[in-house]
Amino acid sequence: MSNVITADHGTVAHGHDEHHDDGSKTLLGFWIYLMSDCLIFSALFATFAALANATAGGPTGKELFDLPYVGGETLLLLVSSFTFGVAMLNMHAGKRNKVMAWLFITFLFGASFVAMEVHEFAHLINEGAGPSRSAFLSSYFTLVGTHGLHVTCGLIWIVVMMDMVRRFGLNDAVTRRLSCLSLFWHFLDVVWICVFTIVYLRGVL
Amino acid sequence: MSSQHAHALAADHQHANHGSLKSYIVGFILSIVLTAMSFGCVMSGAVPHDLILPGIVVLCVAQVLVQLIFFLHLSAKPGQRDNLSIGVFTLLIIAIVVVGSLWVLHNMNVNMMHPVPTMSSGSIG
Repeated sequence: MSNVITADHGTVAHGHDEHHDDGSKTLLGFWIYLMSDCLIFSALFATFAALANATAGGPTGKELFDLPYVGGETLLLLVSSFTFGVAMLNMHAGKRNKVMAWLFITFLFGASFVAMEVHEFAHLINEGAGPSRSAFLSSYFTLVGTHGLHVTCGLIWIVVMMDMVRRFGLNDAVTRRLSCLSLFWHFLDVVWICVFTIVYLRGVL
Repeated sequence: MSSQHAHALAADHQHANHGSLKSYIVGFILSIVLTAMSFGCVMSGAVPHDLILPGIVVLCVAQVLVQLIFFLHLSAKPGQRDNLSIGVFTLLIIAIVVVGSLWVLHNMNVNMMHPVPTMSSGSIG
C-alpha cells in the first residue's frame, strides 16, 4: 500500500517540472528549520533549568509569577492556534475571504498574547526584577523573550500573508507559504506548553 | 483508532495531510483540558506536593503529543515519515543536551565546596 502511494507521488513530481513542485520539499526544509529552532529552545531550557535556583538573594519565581495571568496568556495562544487551523481548512477549501478573516482573528489573539507578555516584562522590570537582577532572571528573560520574539515574527508573517492572499489569491506559492506559517505557528504553541510547565508552574512550587 | 487510520488513508489519496475541522476541535478541547489540569494541579492544592512535579511533566508531554498529532499532523503515514524521523532525531539531540547539561551541573553543584556564608560576604566585598 505504501509503495503504491510513494510511486504515485514520484510520477506526479516527474510530470510537473521544476517550476511547479507540490511544495512538499519546501515543507520538509521548513520542518528541518523548525527542528533546529527546537534545539535553540532546548539549550535555553537547559540553561534556565540549571539556573532556576540562582536567584542571588533576589526574588524567586514563587514571589514573581502570577499563574492566573499566565493561564490567560496560554489560553490566547491556544485559541490562536485553533483559529489558524480553521484558516488552513478554509485555504484547502479555496475560500479566500474566509482565510483572510481567520488569519486576522489569529493575528488579534497572537497580538494580545504579545501585549500581555510585554506588560508582564515591564511589570517585572519596574519591580526591580529585571534581567540583570540574577542569573535566574537573566535566563528567564532570555527563554521567554526568545519565544515572544518568535511570536512577534509570526505576527509580522501573518500580516504579510494576509496581504499576499488579498493580492494574489490562493495560488501555489501562497498556499505553500501559508503551510509553512501554519507549522511555525503551531510549533510556537508547542514551545509555550513547555514554557508554562517548566518556567511558571515549576517556578511556583 | 482504526477508523481514524482508515480515514487518514482515504484522505491521503485526495491530497497530502491536513486535518479536518473535527480533528482541530478534538485537539483544541484536549489541549484546553490538559492545560486546565496542569494549572489545577499546582493551584488547587488538592494534589500531594510530591506528585505535582511528575504530574505536570506528564501533562506537558501529553499535550505536546496532542498538538503534534492534531495540529501539526505528525504521523507515521508515508508522506510524514521524513518529518517524523527528523523529529525523533531532534528529540534524541534534545535529550542529550538537556539531560546532559542538568546532570553535569547537578554533579558540579553537589561536589563543589560551599563557602561559609560569613567568609564569602567578607572576601567578595
